[in-house]
Amino acid sequence: MSGTHGTNRTAGPETGPVPPEATQATGETGDRDRALAAVTQRAREVVPEPGVITDHARLRTYECDGLAHYKVTPGLVVIPETVDQLAAVVRACAEHQLPFVARGAGTGLSGGALPRADGVLVVTSRMRTIREVRREDQRAVVEPGVINLDVTRAAAPHGYYYAPDPSSQQICSIGGNVAENSGGAHCLKYGFTTNHVLGAELVTPDGDVVQLGGAAPDAPGYDLLGAVVGSEGTLGIVTAATVRLVRAPEEVRTILAGFASTDHAGAATSAIIGAGIVPAAIEMMDALAIEAAEEAVHCNYPAGAGAVLVIELDGAAVEVEHEFGEVERLCREHEAFELRVATDPAERALIWKGRKSAFAAVGRISPDYIVQDGVIPRTALPEVLRAIADLSESSGVRVANVFHAGDGNLHPLVLFDESVEGAGEAAEKVSGAILDLCIGHGGSITGEHGVGIDKAAYMPRMFNDEDLDTMQLVRCAFDPNSISNPGKVFPTPRLCGEVPGKRKGVHPLQESGLAEVF
Amino acid sequence: MAATTTVDEAARQALASACERVEDATAADEVDGVAPGLVAHPGSTAQVAEVMRAAAGHGLTVVARGRGTKTTWGLPPARADLVVDLSGMDQVLDHAAGDLIVEAQAGTRLSDVQQAVAGARQRLAIDETVSGASVGGTLAAGTSGPGRLATGTMRDLLIGVTVVRADGVVAKAGGRVVKNVAGYDVGKLVHGSFGTLAVVTEALFRLHPLPAARSFVSVPVEDAAHAHRLTQSVVHAQVVPGALEVDIPADGPGTLTVLLEGIVEGVLGRTSSTLDLLGPAAAVSDDAPDGWASYPWPVDAAGDERATALKLTFALSGLADVLEAARDAGTPVHVRGSAGTGVVYGAVPAGTDVAAVSVAVDRLRATCTSHGGSLVVLDAPAAVKQAVDVWGPIPAIDLMRRVKDRFDPDHRLASGRFVGGI
Ligand SMILES: Cc1cc2nc3c(=O)[nH]c(=O)nc-3n(C[C@H](O)[C@H](O)[C@H](O)COP(=O)(O)OP(=O)(O)OC[C@H]3O[C@@H](n4cnc5c(N)ncnc54)[C@H](O)[C@@H]3O)c2cc1C
Repeated sequence: MSGTHGTNRTAGPETGPVPPEATQATGETGDRDRALAAVTQRAREVVPEPGVITDHARLRTYECDGLAHYKVTPGLVVIPETVDQLAAVVRACAEHQLPFVARGAGTGLSGGALPRADGVLVVTSRMRTIREVRREDQRAVVEPGVINLDVTRAAAPHGYYYAPDPSSQQICSIGGNVAENSGGAHCLKYGFTTNHVLGAELVTPDGDVVQLGGAAPDAPGYDLLGAVVGSEGTLGIVTAATVRLVRAPEEVRTILAGFASTDHAGAATSAIIGAGIVPAAIEMMDALAIEAAEEAVHCNYPAGAGAVLVIELDGAAVEVEHEFGEVERLCREHEAFELRVATDPAERALIWKGRKSAFAAVGRISPDYIVQDGVIPRTALPEVLRAIADLSESSGVRVANVFHAGDGNLHPLVLFDESVEGAGEAAEKVSGAILDLCIGHGGSITGEHGVGIDKAAYMPRMFNDEDLDTMQLVRCAFDPNSISNPGKVFPTPRLCGEVPGKRKGVHPLQESGLAEVF
Repeated sequence: MAATTTVDEAARQALASACERVEDATAADEVDGVAPGLVAHPGSTAQVAEVMRAAAGHGLTVVARGRGTKTTWGLPPARADLVVDLSGMDQVLDHAAGDLIVEAQAGTRLSDVQQAVAGARQRLAIDETVSGASVGGTLAAGTSGPGRLATGTMRDLLIGVTVVRADGVVAKAGGRVVKNVAGYDVGKLVHGSFGTLAVVTEALFRLHPLPAARSFVSVPVEDAAHAHRLTQSVVHAQVVPGALEVDIPADGPGTLTVLLEGIVEGVLGRTSSTLDLLGPAAAVSDDAPDGWASYPWPVDAAGDERATALKLTFALSGLADVLEAARDAGTPVHVRGSAGTGVVYGAVPAGTDVAAVSVAVDRLRATCTSHGGSLVVLDAPAAVKQAVDVWGPIPAIDLMRRVKDRFDPDHRLASGRFVGGI
């Protein structure tokens, strides 16, 4: 399985292959039940109401994240209010060898927050305090459940903002951003979450609370923070983050350029970057994506465009003015047939509306779809887009392309109708072939959505056993018993050694035939 | 000083078959007073792997060396049977100009990388703080200079890395694309690890366009409070500084310099705004001021001739306090570094009484810590390293030990050099 099905129209649990490991881990059910009961009791002692959920109907509301195709009802949901409560619950899990999964807002697109039936889902939604906004230091200290956009809202009165801006920024949490190393349209110029988080408080899988990094840069010792960011909740739970605030730019210009084809738009992208300009964002949409957006939000993009670019320049006013002239020239040189420039926030919002609604819009032209997140070197864009078009044509599966062109992060939307027999499988095949294309061009299987449960099976296509074993060393250092979000990121959970007797007999993945599922 | 290591014949044989050039170490190969037995000069990742397997097979301790510009940094290793010298791995493997990435072997000099990419009007946006430094050494020591204000450190530029583990296994992490979240970011762990985790053999970096123009605006600073005020006015303004440095000698007035980079028109406009911010005493120059992108201590001094070299970090609101503390350290401290990011370097001259150095280190460390930062003694004469806490308190030291133990269970790599005796 790969990619995301339209969240409103997902295949239900009966048709979607639920990873069996997630539903029941071992044969030792009695032990697990006793462990779950013990942790539940401990949670009740330390976490105030209504922070412990055991009622089945309420547990089910947490059964999936943004990748709604996978569903597992968690064994227990705990919503702590403080780091001490959270640590106590994790400590209890450690004591009883019970798996736990962190969950922020549940918008993840790779199944990272998919619960465990035999474990605890630790939700950060009651840890939403912005503890400090320190203009003088250009820092904010926030709890993990704080919504991304709220950091910017809190910083705005000081003339600052929080730069990483996933499209989901109105709903996703900082904890989830840290875990996924989330990106956004403006990461081309400003970098990803990992470049903006300077410190974190981490509850380790043992239940200890450690401080990694801090307000100052370059904390001495290993950069454990660098490993934790992007580790998808497998190295512990982040309970606070110290983030960098960036000065709001003096000037912002947003340009919408219409081209005859993705080839032209791709060439324009390369020309802009080649000219030494680093725009804040360059986003591309192809004809099918434009059509979908048009139908959904009437964004009034240039009629007849085979592709559009949304280019945003920001910075000091003089620079933006000059670069704008360059970008305009380069777009025309690459046969842009229409250029529109937004100068005020309202016009800018209009241009972005089409782009930002694209995922949801595709849901209107297709009952189901898979979102991929592969990355390619930018120069390979035209070639890969053509190959995707060929794939689409030969398979009869429609693919809409919406993506971060500036950094080669594709989001092909593979469209299908689950009610048509074989359509899901055909879409899967195309989707997998697109990832292979990315890997074949020296790219990555995921640029920002994470591996989660969804792309774990693709990891061996990108990394060999030695690479994966080396990553596993990090995992084993933090979580030797593999209780922190097990089954995510890595295809075949390896045992760490030195921790005997945790799993006996046939590995649950094998036993449950997960290898066949993938 | 530690005794010279002797390496037995069987180990020599094994190393010789792993790599063509294996030589007896000379005095020049000493690692901060520790005399190694042998030096191996592998020419490829595969050879480094062979060498590491041979070392593992014969229980040899290993210190990796790039260009040897910072071998005395940190604490001396407990032992160094073998130096793995990477200077033979000096190739820029790939420069994909259109993708703004470069791939180089670990022993490649930074200057050679810059030369390779300059033709495409690009740069690896890392300052060469010690002349002749290699890519791998810069990565392992985690050095950075003024440019970090705008473009970060190697931590932010590294997109892929190949390492050879202590057991000789070759592993890669990251990739060839700037945006990539597949798997753990092992590159981050290697950055600043002082060669204690694995031997870096190849690395991929994102590049930046070379700015068409640059200018330096400098102004004398009266005291710590003045430097602090000016720094705050620049960072909150709209001048988008490329660097914001202070240089404050122990015995005289200091200077604050703002670098502005970019397109000609932009630099002109922002230079004039910066002049306004810094006041009538400020002056513009096309050239970097003396000492730019270098440490306030002489980097070629050895042994007891070395200054005590400090790295001080702090949240920006602590700048005045840190500069003040340097003035009141009880002994002369020359401070220079990135006031705009809260990373400055301090030099206590060679020959300063050890007890006085110790007092200065304690005072400055207390100040940095109270502002959310730290103080590390990067280098110092042996007596100073013995007398002071070189690395200082490390909050997550237990986890770090666990990482070390997983990567290098026999503590083969530069053991003792890093935090907490790692
Ligand atoms: C419409 C839409 C648009 C999106 N656009 C983007 C985009 O532009 N760029 C982008 O990068 N992503 C995007 N995403 C994906 C998603 O929003 C991000 O991955 C986001 O960071 C997830 O945050 P969350 O709070 O929802 O995390 P969740 O989904 O709750 O969790 C995500 C992962 O983080 C772990 N986790 C959560 N909190 C913690 C914690 N405190 N400590 C440790 N681990 C934790 C979970 O275990 C899980 O593995 C989009 C999603 C949607 C639905």
